[in-house]
Amino acid sequence: MTEGAHDMGGARGFGEVIEEPNEPPFHAEWERRAFALTLAMAIPGEWNIDMSRAARENRPPQDYLSKSYYEIWLAGLERLMAERGLVARDEIEAGRVLHPPSPIKRRLLREDVAQALYRGAPTAREPTTPARFKAGDRVRARSIDPPTHTRLPRYVRGHAGVVELVHGCHVFPDSNALGAGEDPQWLYTVCFEGAELWGAGADPTVKVSVDAWDAYLEPA
Amino acid sequence: MAHDHDHDEEHSELSETQLRVRALETILTEKGYVDPAALDALIETYETKVGPRNGARVVAKAWSDPAYRAWLLKDANSAIASVGYAGRQGEHMVVLENTPARHNMVVCTLCSCYPWPVLGLPPVWYKSAPYRSRVVADPRGVLREFGVELPADTEIRVWDSTSEVRYLVLPMQPEGSAGWGEEKLAELVTRNSMIGTGLPKRPGALA
Repeated sequence: MTEGAHDMGGARGFGEVIEEPNEPPFHAEWERRAFALTLAMAIPGEWNIDMSRAARENRPPQDYLSKSYYEIWLAGLERLMAERGLVARDEIEAGRVLHPPSPIKRRLLREDVAQALYRGAPTAREPTTPARFKAGDRVRARSIDPPTHTRLPRYVRGHAGVVELVHGCHVFPDSNALGAGEDPQWLYTVCFEGAELWGAGADPTVKVSVDAWDAYLEPA
Repeated sequence: MAHDHDHDEEHSELSETQLRVRALETILTEKGYVDPAALDALIETYETKVGPRNGARVVAKAWSDPAYRAWLLKDANSAIASVGYAGRQGEHMVVLENTPARHNMVVCTLCSCYPWPVLGLPPVWYKSAPYRSRVVADPRGVLREFGVELPADTEIRVWDSTSEVRYLVLPMQPEGSAGWGEEKLAELVTRNSMIGTGLPKRPGALA
């Protein structure tokens, strides 16, 4: 999964960036509905944001790359619901209800939409340990390759950079995506020189940062 | 990922997806999981209420009010919330200041993380494989595709949004707009200038 096609930083051959003039938020009615269904179905709390990212991304590269953005959302939503018995695969294929509903904790009502969006879902948590690193410290992104969800992009693994920002403690996606708890950890913005990531021929004016949790880093 | 905007050529395929989504909505409604009126409200919010004009208002205020600018750079969440914007996909905001020496650009190489409360939903190019793959390795090349050429010695600083922290670029105020009111300044602020793939409009470009 860490070799999934979603981890695109530094990949070659995808071509030019093409901007659509006066682009609308959605390009088809089904995109509107797929978007809204995904947001509404996050409210019952049957899964968290890291589980929903994992459900979208953990698929064969050719499948990920052949789907449009909201097709991926739709596939992710169908998977999350099927895994939890909310909507079975045979119901999705039949296009109608075949099994009784499962109880859900809450449902998003129209009158609650504005408040739910305004509240959001903050991931900052009260620290229980001091931060291991401070701004200016040299660190290395660990050379890890977890078989499950992670937010450490391949293109920085094994490379050394400098801590630029310290964001406090945040929910750790690698754990949260597995339902193994939030395991909040210190989160840092780590900045890398272009040449460190892309070799000596890289543009010397380029620097790239990622946000990295404590477990992704070691002193350098 | 596949292109999202060639729907005319893929009519039959999209009709199938359209039917699939419609059936799914019916199933979820019949099972009591979703309220169709709530779906309408979610769509309406991101089609008509939340978009880059929000961010433009924040930038214009920072350009015209030095105290607000300092607050925005120090505590973006509070400063942005004071103008009324907060919440989903903008829970932890950081504002990046462009200067003559440094130009900031924002990406999410892993998915599509984007500061919704101030910019709305991301455009297709931001979510696309070309942008996500290339901007971290060749940001100047990407800028050229957006028609932006920066001085060769300007530092290009790319921020990959790999956590729930969301980044908003504070572009430099265009010359010739000093003393303008916030409303007029906001007209100079483009969406792309707040992602870092564009620059604000020049005062002469306003009708």
